[in-house]
Amino acid sequence: MHMNRRAFLKVSSLAGGGMLLALYARPAAFAQGRPAGPPLEPDAFIRIAANGTITIMAKDPEVGQGVKTMLPMLIAEELDADWAHVAIEQTDFDDTKYAGQFAGGSTATPLNWDPMRRVGAACRQMLVAAAAARWHVPASACTTTAARVHHRASNRSIGYAELAADAAKLPVPDVQTVPLKDPKAYRIIGHTQRGCDVHAIVTGQPVFGIDMVRPGMLYAVYQKCPVFGGKVVSANVDAIRALPGVRHAFVVEGAVPAGDVVPRDPGLMPGVAIVADTWWQAQAARKKLQVTWDEGKGAAQSSEAFAQHADELSKQPPAHVLRHDGDTDAALKNAAARVEAAYSYPFIAHAPLEPQNCTAHYANGHIEIWSNSQTPGSGRTMVAKLLGIPEGNVVVHMLRAGGGFGRRLTNDYMVEAAWIARTVGVPVKLVWAREDDMTNDYYRPGGFQYLKGGVDAAGRLVAWQNHFVTWGAGDEYASAATLSPLEFPARYVPNFTLGTSLQELWLKTGALRAPGSNVNAFVIQSFLDELAHAAGKDPVDFRLALLDTAPLPDAEADRQPKSRTFDAARMRGVLELVAEKSGWRHRTKQPGRALGVAFHFSHLGYFAEVADVSVSADKRVKVHKVWVAVDIGSEIINPGAAQNMVQGAIIDGLSELMAQQITLEHGRVVQTNYDRHPLVRMSQAPIEIEAIWRKTDNPPTGLGEPALPPIIPAVCNAIFSATGTRIRTLPLVKSGYSWA
Amino acid sequence: MRFELTVNGQAHAVDVSPDTPLLWVLRDVLNLKGTKYGCGIGQCAACTVHLGGRPVHSCLIPVERAVHAPITTVEGLSADGSHPVQRAWEEIDVPQCGYCQAGQIMAAAALIAQTPKPTDADIDAALSGHLCRCGTYLRIKEAVHRAAALAAGTPTDQRHAGRAGDGE
Ligand code: FES
Ligand code: FES
Repeated sequence: MHMNRRAFLKVSSLAGGGMLLALYARPAAFAQGRPAGPPLEPDAFIRIAANGTITIMAKDPEVGQGVKTMLPMLIAEELDADWAHVAIEQTDFDDTKYAGQFAGGSTATPLNWDPMRRVGAACRQMLVAAAAARWHVPASACTTTAARVHHRASNRSIGYAELAADAAKLPVPDVQTVPLKDPKAYRIIGHTQRGCDVHAIVTGQPVFGIDMVRPGMLYAVYQKCPVFGGKVVSANVDAIRALPGVRHAFVVEGAVPAGDVVPRDPGLMPGVAIVADTWWQAQAARKKLQVTWDEGKGAAQSSEAFAQHADELSKQPPAHVLRHDGDTDAALKNAAARVEAAYSYPFIAHAPLEPQNCTAHYANGHIEIWSNSQTPGSGRTMVAKLLGIPEGNVVVHMLRAGGGFGRRLTNDYMVEAAWIARTVGVPVKLVWAREDDMTNDYYRPGGFQYLKGGVDAAGRLVAWQNHFVTWGAGDEYASAATLSPLEFPARYVPNFTLGTSLQELWLKTGALRAPGSNVNAFVIQSFLDELAHAAGKDPVDFRLALLDTAPLPDAEADRQPKSRTFDAARMRGVLELVAEKSGWRHRTKQPGRALGVAFHFSHLGYFAEVADVSVSADKRVKVHKVWVAVDIGSEIINPGAAQNMVQGAIIDGLSELMAQQITLEHGRVVQTNYDRHPLVRMSQAPIEIEAIWRKTDNPPTGLGEPALPPIIPAVCNAIFSATGTRIRTLPLVKSGYSWA
Repeated sequence: MRFELTVNGQAHAVDVSPDTPLLWVLRDVLNLKGTKYGCGIGQCAACTVHLGGRPVHSCLIPVERAVHAPITTVEGLSADGSHPVQRAWEEIDVPQCGYCQAGQIMAAAALIAQTPKPTDADIDAALSGHLCRCGTYLRIKEAVHRAAALAAGTPTDQRHAGRAGDGE
């Protein structure tokens, strides 16, 4: 949450002499309270119990990005808590107390860095004031460490627990102006802290959404049409109801969206629900399910036809021109060297290892939901609308997710569970089979980019033209199918054109880890490499020269805060660093083995990566080592977790690079499980992935996404250097490559 | 039908159809949620348990074939998380989302029981059937070595004195 000017703190006493401190982000919501709900339970951020336990609330969804540990670290640091004795509790979704309870866009750090520290600092200030009053000394004479206040002059100290009751009676400091620590004094931030759930995970405790159990709970599966948007004509639900363990089987009409472009989160789709005593019984019953579908307009689609149509569109002028600088045609004509290339990449699925699931219990116009959605607030809104009840009657409990990657930004599983729960009237857990997950995703959109570029006699990039064939209708783009007119190298090339043409698509698309960037980095950084070679320049030098160019003025870029727009100097910093650490300048030529380089700016982070790759004569690829130079500002809040995340992002990118693709035949997704949409396995992973932090004087930003995009072009560029073959099509298996 | 299983040293009688995969008996009948469902077709190994001491995909084993040998799940690896593999996993802070880790841990425990000092190649061979969607493989490998050292009674390992990544 950005520190809202109207945000305020509230302190209350706890039974037995403790205190708790809450930061209310929305005073309006606070003032109104909730009409029919209980009084505000004051458990919003910090609870100091009389027995000394300090509990810090984690407000955001934990999907494996480590936010449940990281946000409390920010509070604990300024509070000067003793981290070893801090308990962390996941909150429910509650927008009267918290803002920005979502996991997306690598935003948790930039949005919370300031407010979470201020909550901690305010609490500490109250505890210090309580100690100072007790000792009759000025607060400025007191210091704090590890949950104690000290008065060095008189050699006295006292624990927070003993002060909490007094502190709870003091006026609350203004959260906007409370002073913060000098970062040099950090004891928690910048020091590796283990994930707060690691013990629960290694001992198999039921911490995930799919582990939820309620008394009297039934289990559900939900069969949708194999073609997106298909409706149920008829189904043999009577026969299904007679199968062992089956309690309910019914058709759900749902609502297929109107219009030519599928909305971002279209809501409850038609299907058949089967509810049984156990999940396996529901799943087994499904094998006997016979449904006649009206498949609708999606049934005519195929990946082959899409590719053909894209090729036709590429031969026509783009339907939309998003950016036009200089005179690209003339510059291309006059260029000393020209390159023309057609890049393409497929749809892919998120496939988090925990399939979609949701538990719900509806009674008397109220519904309680247990979910690991990345956007519980949007889910709540959708459920309320679907069931025709006020949002205040929807309670969403937030559970740990077995991976997010953007899949849980949408709430299809939540509306399905809610509908089924209302129909059956008892607690019900909906669990999708892996096949449901793979064939009903919000796919990372595939795409086609047709590029032309030119360099002058001095080897400088002078012309860049991109005709991007993507998805949508009219001027409405499918979700996550856009390319920003500010995407580098826009503004750094004097003659630059970006145009788009749209083809219609009847399939859900959506954000996958580093959306847009995970494909645009591949295209842009590969094509830059092609141009560097055409110019006869070293790929790092060519890029450095480009970063040294003064950017063209741009009204849109100038409107944005400087911290949000591309900063060439920061990119230069990580590029030089990664070149140095990887020994780029001293690399030797070896047959079949080479380094490749790429960089990308996304989610406010600057990443440059070098991959050491070998390719055998039969196209077997080994990525030996990857260097990742990172500039995400002044602090790496939890370095060990950050390293883990960087390594994971690289491996994730390699899965996308080698073998993942979702294709359509007769409107159906062909790949239904990991066997045909594979992940990198341990033996295929790089032997070493080194994260190199370049701390700069900028506010800390996120890491989960921006580490991924450069690895794909870095490996492709290495393959080119090693073999002379340029990769312009993903995934690599389409061109006969495999892992060594 | 009634089946008698020995799970984590305890005898259980369950009444399910004979083709019910052991995975779903463990999760939904015996309420042992540590064993995870990821694919149902033997691709991810998130569902790995020990059957007679050997790691198996519980999603592919019908309950009727699980009656002859004792079953160990992650909950039964130790009473308190003190198995060397669990300790190593915690020390190295392996998980990201954590969903695959019970399966990885069960495979690692079976490996070091068989091969007390596994090489990188041994670990690759034993664990490459296990998917980690979050890509924690490098830490898993490190943690298996660490677990082997802990099992052999090496209390500290210099490599982990300061965790990699804790640079400054
Ligand atoms: S769930 Fe058994 S192998 Fe994936
Ligand atoms: S830690 Fe997420 S799947 Fe392995």
